[in-house]
Amino acid sequence: MRFFTQHISAAIGALGEFQRRLTSNLMTTTVIGIALALPAIFILALDNLAEISQDWDGTPSANLYLERTLSEPEQAALQTQIDELAGITGSILIGAEQGKTTFAERTGMAEMLNLLEENPFPAVIQATPVSTLAPNEVAELVNQLADLPGVEDVRLDQTWLQRLQTIVELASRATGLIGALLAIAVVLVVGNTIRLDIENRRSEIEIMKLIGGTDAFVRRPFVYAGFWHGLIGGMLAWILSAIVITVIARPANRLAGLYDSGFALSGPWLADGLTIVATGVLLSLTGAWVAVTQHLRRIEPGEGT
Amino acid sequence: MIRFHGVAKRYPGGNDALRGISFEVTQGEMVFVTGPSGAGKSTLLRLIPLLERPTRGSVIVNDVNLSTLTRRRIPYLRRSIGMIFQDHRLLPDRSVFDNVALPLVIAGFEHKETQRRVRAALDKVGLLERERSDPATLSGGEQQRVGIARAVVSRPPILLADEPTGNLDPALSEEIMRLFEQFNRVGVTLIIASHDHALVERLGYRRVHLTDGALA
Ligand SMILES: Nc1ncnc2c1ncn2[C@@H]1O[C@H](COP(=O)(O)OP(=O)(O)O)[C@@H](O)[C@H]1O
Ligand SMILES: [Mg+2]
Repeated sequence: MRFFTQHISAAIGALGEFQRRLTSNLMTTTVIGIALALPAIFILALDNLAEISQDWDGTPSANLYLERTLSEPEQAALQTQIDELAGITGSILIGAEQGKTTFAERTGMAEMLNLLEENPFPAVIQATPVSTLAPNEVAELVNQLADLPGVEDVRLDQTWLQRLQTIVELASRATGLIGALLAIAVVLVVGNTIRLDIENRRSEIEIMKLIGGTDAFVRRPFVYAGFWHGLIGGMLAWILSAIVITVIARPANRLAGLYDSGFALSGPWLADGLTIVATGVLLSLTGAWVAVTQHLRRIEPGEGT
Repeated sequence: MIRFHGVAKRYPGGNDALRGISFEVTQGEMVFVTGPSGAGKSTLLRLIPLLERPTRGSVIVNDVNLSTLTRRRIPYLRRSIGMIFQDHRLLPDRSVFDNVALPLVIAGFEHKETQRRVRAALDKVGLLERERSDPATLSGGEQQRVGIARAVVSRPPILLADEPTGNLDPALSEEIMRLFEQFNRVGVTLIIASHDHALVERLGYRRVHLTDGALA
């Protein structure tokens, strides 16, 4: 009970100290907020991207662009021929007209398309290969499909998926590194703020020790100061990342729609937000702890008088 | 209650502040430490709450040899000793009440009990109506009395005062000494350093006289 009230009063006292030097403390927490928000935004965006590349069921589908000279019965015949190939489980035929309509619906560019004399979209057959194929077998299959008469081009949508996965991996490594550097920055910023705080309150610390304050008692307000910096900085980071993600979510989702992807960028909600705040608190406590253990012990009431 | 045994203190830099002194203060005694400036009075007092450690010899407080005390135990030693300084050592950004309450807050007293004891201590030194004041708005004598209230609020068995009347006029000095006598009457052991020989002489308590770090 006594332990609790002492901690609560230390926490409230530290909050009082915080608002006494509000401007400089807010600048520190803003630095913390930005330093936490940057990696948080990247991590959230990458999480979203990683999700789409995982949502993929793993079977790549091959898009066969058909020559424009093919009539509709010829297209249907070609589809039957493809369906019968070993290594293909099924296919969908998307006619040129249908391709145009879908695109117009999705982009709202119907008028522009109508200005064109000819339909720019070729008919496409989306063929799904057997999911157990090895990469070289897939390549062989692609060659086989490309050689079919009436097929102009074949694109395996796995290539962009692989590219995406590579980019995501690269970006997460970069984010990890930058995040680690910014985490160190948060520890140092808080450590330095608390160190200055300790210097400013030197005589107070001496008096506390003089009248029997234990190390834990003297340390407590400074550790709580670190806690408040982390909490407020973390909440700021949460708000900042929510704003940034909301701002970029709309165009990102529209872009994703163009790629026929179910991708929808979602913001940092409760769980992510709590993680951001907890990270901020943890890093700030570390910074405060480092400052306190380095500087508080050195202040002894012995000198002077 | 407090025993010095062949205590010497040499400060870093080679300054010999105390050169092997031995004496004893029994429980309930009121003792003055006198001597010219630089004789080692402050150093002697500072050895008792371990604000300094002796270079040689031993200091024994309440049957505890202070050389055996670990760093972790020092705060508890200090809580049993009230200290009064010439320069008061008050926190300038806290009210009189909060300054006096500090030892109780540190010791983890309950809020109600803290209030009761702080008011009692302030009443004792005649400053009850100034509890909300800022220490800087008080006179030197009043600040000294706040310092005394803080030293006695947790009712320590030992009080140490280093030149408590150094900056005060004779009437105020007399008043402070009367306060000390009152504490002594209820059983508190007091050691007071002073270079005001006339005042000490007049009060007629036991004196420990220092010259150049040695007992005269
Ligand atoms: N922190 C210190 N470092 C070095 N020398 C000190 C220190 N404190 C006191 N001294 C020296 O020790 C001697 C005794 O000082 P002090 O105990 O303050 O005497 P008094 O209180 O009787 O004036 C003096 O010569 C003083 O200069
Ligand atoms: Mg002195």
